[in-house]
Amino acid sequence: MFKVAGKISSRLDSRLLLRCSSAQPLAPCVEETVESQSQPLNNASPQELNLGDEYRVVYLPKDFKLHRLNAGPARAVAIMKSQAREYYRQLLTVRLLESAASRLYKEQLVRGFCHLYMGQEACAVGIRAAMRSNDKLITGYRVHGWAYMMGVSARGVLGELTGRRSGCSGGKGGSMHMYGRNFYGGTGIVGDQVPLGAGVALTSKYLQDGGVCLALYGDGAANQGQVFECFNMALLWKLPMIFVCENNNYGMGTSSQRAAANVNYYTRGDLMPGIWVNGQDVLAVRSATEFAIKHAQQEGPIILELCTYRYGGHSMSDPGTSYRTREEIQKVRQQHDPIQGFGALCLEQQILTADELQEISQMARLEMEVATRAARKDGEPPLSHLWSDVYSGVYEGKLSGVHPGIEA
Amino acid sequence: MRVSQVARSCFNTLRLNFRPAPMTRSHFTYYPTAVGPGDAKKMNMFTAINNAMDLALEEDSTALLFGEDVGFGGVFRCSVNLRDKYGKDRVFNSPLCEQGIAGFAIGVANAGATAIAEIQFADYIFPSFDQIVNEAAKYRYRSGGLFDCGSLTFRVPCGAVGHGALYHSQSPEAYFAHTPGLRVVVPRGPIKAKGLLLACIRDPNPCIVFEPKTLYRAAVEEVPTEYYTSELGKADILRKGKDVTLIGWGTQVHVLLEVAELAKEKHNIDCEVIDLVSILPWDTETICNSAKKTGRVVIAHEAPFTQGFGSEIAAYIQDKCFLNLEAPVKRVTGWDTPFPHVFEPFYLPDKLRCLTAIKDIVNY
Repeated sequence: MFKVAGKISSRLDSRLLLRCSSAQPLAPCVEETVESQSQPLNNASPQELNLGDEYRVVYLPKDFKLHRLNAGPARAVAIMKSQAREYYRQLLTVRLLESAASRLYKEQLVRGFCHLYMGQEACAVGIRAAMRSNDKLITGYRVHGWAYMMGVSARGVLGELTGRRSGCSGGKGGSMHMYGRNFYGGTGIVGDQVPLGAGVALTSKYLQDGGVCLALYGDGAANQGQVFECFNMALLWKLPMIFVCENNNYGMGTSSQRAAANVNYYTRGDLMPGIWVNGQDVLAVRSATEFAIKHAQQEGPIILELCTYRYGGHSMSDPGTSYRTREEIQKVRQQHDPIQGFGALCLEQQILTADELQEISQMARLEMEVATRAARKDGEPPLSHLWSDVYSGVYEGKLSGVHPGIEA
Repeated sequence: MRVSQVARSCFNTLRLNFRPAPMTRSHFTYYPTAVGPGDAKKMNMFTAINNAMDLALEEDSTALLFGEDVGFGGVFRCSVNLRDKYGKDRVFNSPLCEQGIAGFAIGVANAGATAIAEIQFADYIFPSFDQIVNEAAKYRYRSGGLFDCGSLTFRVPCGAVGHGALYHSQSPEAYFAHTPGLRVVVPRGPIKAKGLLLACIRDPNPCIVFEPKTLYRAAVEEVPTEYYTSELGKADILRKGKDVTLIGWGTQVHVLLEVAELAKEKHNIDCEVIDLVSILPWDTETICNSAKKTGRVVIAHEAPFTQGFGSEIAAYIQDKCFLNLEAPVKRVTGWDTPFPHVFEPFYLPDKLRCLTAIKDIVNY
C-alpha cells in the first residue's frame, strides 16, 4: 500500500474496516477464458493485405454482440507481421508509460489527480489501428495512453504530468488535459467531451473531409444527461460519429451494475446501432472500429461498447480495493491481460518469436527511460504563463485582475 | 525584480528531491477554534461532518443522503459507516449525473423529505447549476409559498488543495451568491462544519455548504459531541483589532489569522479578523460595524478577482460606510485566470500578498 501524495484525503487505508461491495458478478467479458483458433480466410477483415508482408489469419475467440445491426464486424481478421510488432510495441509502451507516471507520482513529481490506463491498453491500440489520418478523437480524463497513441511523445506526456515546459500543454494542463493533432483531449469534467465530439463530427461532415469523430466516455459517464442529448443530435443530423463507451465496470467507486439500470451500454442509444466488443482483445477492437468507421461514414452514428478493466484505482488517490476485491483484479490480470493475450497470440500464430517480443520490450523500456529522465529534468514554464492563454490576441499581456507587480 | 526573487525562492523550496520527503505545500497554518464547556471530542473536519450527518439522520427519519460514491464512505470519508447504520434506502449512491442529482434532490425536498445531496467536487456543480438556480431557488417564490424545497442541503467540497489544478480547486460561491432564494455557507473548521451543516439541514430554505476540502484532514478541533447548530447569516469575529479589518471565509480565514499575527509582530498593525461564514445572506451588520471602527478593509478569497464575492462586500461597504473609510476597500484574490496547474502558489492570495495589502492600505 503506497502513501498518497498531497494533504487531502482519499487515501483509503486498507487497515480500516471499509466494507467492500458484496461480490459482484464480473462483467461478461471477464468471465470466459480466451481461446484462439485458426480458420481459413473467409470474410477477411476489409483491410488491405500487403502480401509482401507475412500475415496470419485469426478467428476472434469472442463474438461481437449487435444491437440493431444485421451484420457486424469481421470475426476473421488478418494480422501482418509489421502490424503485430507495432501493436505489441504500442501496448507495451502505453503500459510502461503509465508505470512511469505512477512512479513519478509516488515520488511526488506528479501531483494532483492522475488516472491510469493500465489494463485498458487494447482499447487505445485497437482503435488507433483502425483510424485513418483524418479521423478525430476525444476522450475523458484517463488520457495519458490516448495522448501517446494520438502522436504525443512520451516526453510530452510525462513532461505534462510533471508540469514542464516540454509537456504537450506547456505544463499548464496536467494529467487530464493533453491534446494533439486531431486529438481533442482531455477533460476533467465527466461527460463534457461527448457533445464536443458531436460538434467535431458535424464540422467534419460540413467540411466534407471524410473523417469521423470518435467520442470516448466511460461507464460512469454513460449516465450523464448530455450523452443522451448527443445520441439524439447525432441520429437526427446523421453525424459521422462513433460513440465509444470504455466500460471498465467501475465509475470511481461504484460498479456499473449499481449505477446503471441498463448495463448494456451498446444498446443505450435506442435507435442507434451498437456493438459490444471484448475490449481486452486488440484485434477485436480494431475489427469493430473498422466496421464502425465505415458505418459512421455511410449510415450514421454508432455505439461501440468496449468491455475492459482497469487494474489501478480510479486515480492515484484511490487504491481501488475498497469497492472490489483483490481476487477480481488478479483474475483479470492473469486471464485477460491485453498485452499477455496479444503476445501469446503472436507466439502461437508464430508471427513473432519470443526473441522479437523481447527486443520490442527492451526498446519500449528504453524509450520510457529517456522520457522519464526528461520529465525529471526539463525546465518549468515561466511565471508569465500563469496569465497566458486566457484570451487570444491583443488581450494577452495586460490582463485585468492580475496584479501588475507580478508582470515579469 | 523582487517578485522574480520570491518566485525563484518559491521554486527552489518547491523543487522536490528524489527522496519522497513529506512536503508542507499548504499555504496556510490552521488555527483551531476553542470551544466552550461540554462534552467534546477531538475530530477533524470530515469526522465532524460525519458526526453531523449521523445525528441528522438519527433525529430526522425522513433524511436521505445521496451522491456519487457516498455508499462506501465517500471520496473524502464524510459518509463512512452511515450506510451500514441507516440502510441502503437512506444512504445511497447516485449515478454520475450532477444535473440529475440536483433535480432529484429538489424533488425529494419538495415532497417533504429531507435531502442531503453531495456533489463530489464544486468543480462539477455546473451541470446542476440550472436546477439549483432555476428550480431550487425559485420554487417558493413562484408557487406563492405552496411548495418549497427548504429541506434541501447540498454539500460541496471546494477550494484549493495544493495540487487540484483546474477542476479540483474551484470556489464557485460567487455564482450562487447571485441567486436570491439560496443560502450559501462556508465552514472554516470542524466545529463550524458540524454546526453549519446541522443548521442548514434544519433551515427551511435550500442551502449549499461549500466545504474547503483541504481542511478535511488538516483541521482538527475539540468538537462538541451533542447536536448543536451554528447561527446562519452571522459572521464570527475571530480576532479583535483597531487598525485594519480582514475579511475571509473557509481556508482563507487561517491565512488571515497568520497575517494578522505577522502584521502585529513586524509592523505593529492591529488587525481585526472576521470569518464571514455565510455568503448568502451575509452579515452586513458585523462587517459594517468593523469597517466603521477601523476605516480600512481588506477582503481575501481564493476565487478570481472579477466578480468574486469580495466585490459585493466592497461595494456594500463603500455605500454604507463611506465617511468612515480611511482608504478604498482592498481585495486580495485569485487572479482572473482559470485555476492553474503548476502555478498554484502564485495564484493563491497567500500571506505575503495579504500582508502587502495591509501595508498598502495602512500607508494609503
